[in-house]
Amino acid sequence: MRKYILKRLLQSIVILFFVAFIIYALMRCLPTSYVEAMARQKSMQAGSKSFEEWMEQLTVMYNMDGSIISGYFKWLGSMFRGEFGDSWRWTVPVLQKFNDTVWLSFVMGFISFFFEVIIAIPLGIIAATKQYSKTDYTISVIALAGISLPTFFFASLLKLVFSVKLGWFDLYGLVGRNYDQLSTFGQLMDKANHLVLPIVTLVVVSMGALMRYTRTNMLEVLNADYIRTARAKGLSEKKVIYHHAFRNTLIPIVTIIGGTLPSLFSGALITETLFGIPGIGFASYQSMVAGDIPFSMFFMVFTAILTLLGNLIADVLYAVVDPRVRIA
Amino acid sequence: MEDMKDKKDMLENMEPSIETAEEEYSLSDDRRVRVLSPGQLVMKRFFRNRLAVTGMVILLAMFLFSFVGGLLSPYDEDQKFYRVDIQAKDFAGILYNEEFRYTVGDTELFKSSVHAQALKAIIQDNNKFEYDGNNYELDKLSDDAYIVKSGSKTVGIASKELVNPSAQDTKISFDFTLAALKAKNEGKKKFSADGNEYNIDDEGIITDKSGTEVAYVSRYIVRAVMSDVFFSRELKNQLIDAVESGQESFTYTDEEGVTAEYILKYDAATKAWDVKQEIDTKVFDTYSSPSKAHWLGTDRNGMDMLTRLMYGGRISLIIGFIAVFIETIIGVIMGGIAGYFGGWIDGLIMRIVDIFYCIPSLPFIIIVGAAMDAANTPSLTRIIYLMLILGFLGWAGVARLVRGQILSLREQEFMTATEACGIAPSRRIFRHLIPNVMPQLIVYMTMGLGSTIITEATLSFLGLGVRFPFASWGNIINDVNDTFVLTNYWFIWIPAGVLLLTTVLAFNIVGDGLRDAFDPKMKR
Repeated sequence: MRKYILKRLLQSIVILFFVAFIIYALMRCLPTSYVEAMARQKSMQAGSKSFEEWMEQLTVMYNMDGSIISGYFKWLGSMFRGEFGDSWRWTVPVLQKFNDTVWLSFVMGFISFFFEVIIAIPLGIIAATKQYSKTDYTISVIALAGISLPTFFFASLLKLVFSVKLGWFDLYGLVGRNYDQLSTFGQLMDKANHLVLPIVTLVVVSMGALMRYTRTNMLEVLNADYIRTARAKGLSEKKVIYHHAFRNTLIPIVTIIGGTLPSLFSGALITETLFGIPGIGFASYQSMVAGDIPFSMFFMVFTAILTLLGNLIADVLYAVVDPRVRIA
Repeated sequence: MEDMKDKKDMLENMEPSIETAEEEYSLSDDRRVRVLSPGQLVMKRFFRNRLAVTGMVILLAMFLFSFVGGLLSPYDEDQKFYRVDIQAKDFAGILYNEEFRYTVGDTELFKSSVHAQALKAIIQDNNKFEYDGNNYELDKLSDDAYIVKSGSKTVGIASKELVNPSAQDTKISFDFTLAALKAKNEGKKKFSADGNEYNIDDEGIITDKSGTEVAYVSRYIVRAVMSDVFFSRELKNQLIDAVESGQESFTYTDEEGVTAEYILKYDAATKAWDVKQEIDTKVFDTYSSPSKAHWLGTDRNGMDMLTRLMYGGRISLIIGFIAVFIETIIGVIMGGIAGYFGGWIDGLIMRIVDIFYCIPSLPFIIIVGAAMDAANTPSLTRIIYLMLILGFLGWAGVARLVRGQILSLREQEFMTATEACGIAPSRRIFRHLIPNVMPQLIVYMTMGLGSTIITEATLSFLGLGVRFPFASWGNIINDVNDTFVLTNYWFIWIPAGVLLLTTVLAFNIVGDGLRDAFDPKMKR
């Protein structure tokens, strides 16, 4: 087992090495005039460094002078030392901005993930146990609709209904106008209030996939021989489904859920942008649009690491949870 | 395995033909049964799935809407519409004169410093004053009009009433003003000035011998906001009438035939009336509500919404198809090679696949989009880049799918047979293996189309994908970023969103239906 994990870890590092190279190459391929124009624009901001300082920092950090290959290795070296430079858009060190934003994204992602799991899995199981019934059709269509729903359209609809027509929530932002006057508890409630719509959006848009996955797996399990055996033994249907079948369905589901966990840190780019929630997704979107190279590069590498970590966790969990899987 | 299953299924589906066949053929005759090819079986299973058929119908409708609709629509993709809008412009100011105004007859003796002295004398009721070594006399015509003389010479007039020319090019001489004011104040009907005879009536209108109006005496001052505008006498009369009668607005057609509404408003601070001219102006017909001419209204640029939706659908669908086509081609080639050869080739290609899986595609495309923004890339080039990038970033999934299938297929007997026949590897892969992967591939592509269309729409929504003047469902919804549009103009963004949702949903439903239809284990 340890050997397997080690092997996968090494593999991931190699993959990361190449992904980082592609990201670095993308940055190097941007027209120089664009980079310079952006740096110049940023240097105009109040309290920002001067243009020469930005360009110098950029040149040193990404080794613009050297060839792509040598520049890449130097950049890797500085990444290992944890030096990511200063963000242009935010005029603070990249890591500081990251630390300021990532936790909000994580909290939001975690809450929506929690709801996603407790809604999608039971519905998926119900649909599977009642295959071809009206319930099954309804749930399947809901799941498909969730998958097909463009985030931005759904978010706009929610805004129209709940913010504009009903006036329950604000259109944008994390805090209300009178946030500073509120007590500590009131501030917490204010933030929670502002997170309702983004979380609803995230849950609805992402639960479809999990629902379908659960249903497919449950159907597979229900067709297995041991379920037939359980029924033949004369066990009640309830016991068959919730004792024998459910536990076996959990195997792939736990794997998938474990694999999703790292991505909670990468934030929800579209949703955060639409609702103006200052999480890492929104911050990185603004950085990318503003041509803030240091922050965008950091964010892309960070997302790549999270994806690799997710795959790794999923594979390892699969082996851990399912005793039938033996890894050579 | 699957082929076997297919055959079994086929046997089950053999139905005795309904016609009189039973009597004509013997029991063992093949013609007694209708033989269905596997393809027909798939069709049959697909069409039995009502949901999938609904999805198919929706897709067909979308294609018709997007590709034929654009031809049927009477408007072009970027045809702009105009409407006539009333715009109020600041036009004039009217003042009822309460101060003495000075008409200068002799610039030396009646310069502006003398005006003040004259006013002082008037207020103090003196009829004489001295200034700068000159003696002046005031000749009172009425409380509101004085003639200023120096010695025997009339140097100027101080009057609250003013003599205005009636036509633009008429010049009024000092003598004329003097004679007119005198006549007006003395109640005379006639006066002569500059060698001509003039008539003046109670209203203060001055006509020459032929009866043409030359000038008029009035206490109202009408000033134009724009310096080059001259008000016709008629308009001035209208304005003054309106002021006197307390009217708030009137309509007037000038000599050039332009009809405009004039709105008067009294401004207490300046004791003047502001006149606004409401004139019809041609503007873009933006955000007009649904009507007979524009079934879904018009957008921000005054373009027909329904037509934009049709062309937008066309672009969304084309981008989806081409991107999916590119990713399928690359994926099939890479996956096919990896699965067929195995070993280190497989290992290498699969690591490349892993790398492409890991590239954060949305940030990647956003950065490229932002760079293209800065470079002012033309809209058409952007669309091409977008398709290429979406295709090149998406092939990893296809490659995985194809490789997995081929790994299991190549162990089957029919592949051993091709090997025994000495068929070339490329032919074995693309003629014998790939067609067997087709079912899964078609399902994957159908579903992939849906998600590609969503990605494209999301990018266009963010303003980084398809750009004006091209329409795409995503960039049509983009208007919603303006809260005013979100709140007030549902017809701008809801139809595009509904079309997008139904199209993607239909692709997914059809993909689902195809998967079930291709699966021979399915019993229904």
